[in-house]
Amino acid sequence: MKNNWWKGLAVVLLLYTGVAGFLLPVPRLHILNETIRNLYFHVPMWFGMTFILAASVYYSIRYLRTPTPQLDVLSHEAAKTGILMGLVGLATGSIWARFAWGAWWTNDPKLNGAAIAMLIYGAYLVLRSSFTDEQQRARISAIYNIFAFATAMPLFYILPRLTDSLHPGAGGNPAFAKYDLDDNMRLVFYPAVIGWTLLAFWLAQVASRIATLKLKVYEKQLV
Amino acid sequence: MKNSLSDNGAGSARARGLGFRKILLLLALLLPALQPAAQAADIPEMADSFRSDGKIYVVVAVVTVVLAGLLAFLISLDRKVSRLERELKE
Repeated sequence: MKNNWWKGLAVVLLLYTGVAGFLLPVPRLHILNETIRNLYFHVPMWFGMTFILAASVYYSIRYLRTPTPQLDVLSHEAAKTGILMGLVGLATGSIWARFAWGAWWTNDPKLNGAAIAMLIYGAYLVLRSSFTDEQQRARISAIYNIFAFATAMPLFYILPRLTDSLHPGAGGNPAFAKYDLDDNMRLVFYPAVIGWTLLAFWLAQVASRIATLKLKVYEKQLV
Repeated sequence: MKNSLSDNGAGSARARGLGFRKILLLLALLLPALQPAAQAADIPEMADSFRSDGKIYVVVAVVTVVLAGLLAFLISLDRKVSRLERELKE
């Protein structure tokens, strides 16, 4: 239980986000209106995704240095959690876009970049499932995972900033700079980012432990 | 001079008989009074009436229940996995 303090922190921060995210005051802005509160739910998905995918790359590198099934499981489950958060981020962003920009999807560099990055990670899952040999699967998908991260991050955070975009934080638009001035939003936004990121790590940890258990059970059956 | 400056209801129609200067004076008196009204309409709409009804708390309660339910499920899954890990070790 001593090692699980961060799970308790995740519960507290997420419940706080759920309450304070609706009740604390937010700046009055045209078009956005109350939807500005999506900042506490949509944006942390991408933060969580970035951190958990970085963790996945970390385990992939460690796997390539010392190949163990445990490290492969950790990197795979972290990547899957990151993909889930990215898909939720795309879906929530699409809903927000419908009411802020008037369309479910626009051919915006930020949106298309995120979609392409998600497809790159989709290919990671396809690649994994196409091997029968476990060591080959683990090694090649670890290498692919590193390249996927290196390709996806510029698509998320660098390329959209180089062109015009509707999306905040792209094409010269301010990201949070404008809202950051509002201390009330900061009071919820930072805990929300930490809470949702911790939740992503929690999900990945439980999924990894189940996958590891499965491996152990299969080993016992073989003996 | 029946038209007084305080009668600002149909000012422009009655002011036709007045001189240009008097119309300007009328506008000078009227426009500052109109400005706050225009600004009030310009304030972005928020869920104020919803909030004053107190109904937002219903949504917060629902969200809290959903979050608590999902987190409780995750905690119970976590414990089940821990138990399995212990059993497999033995």
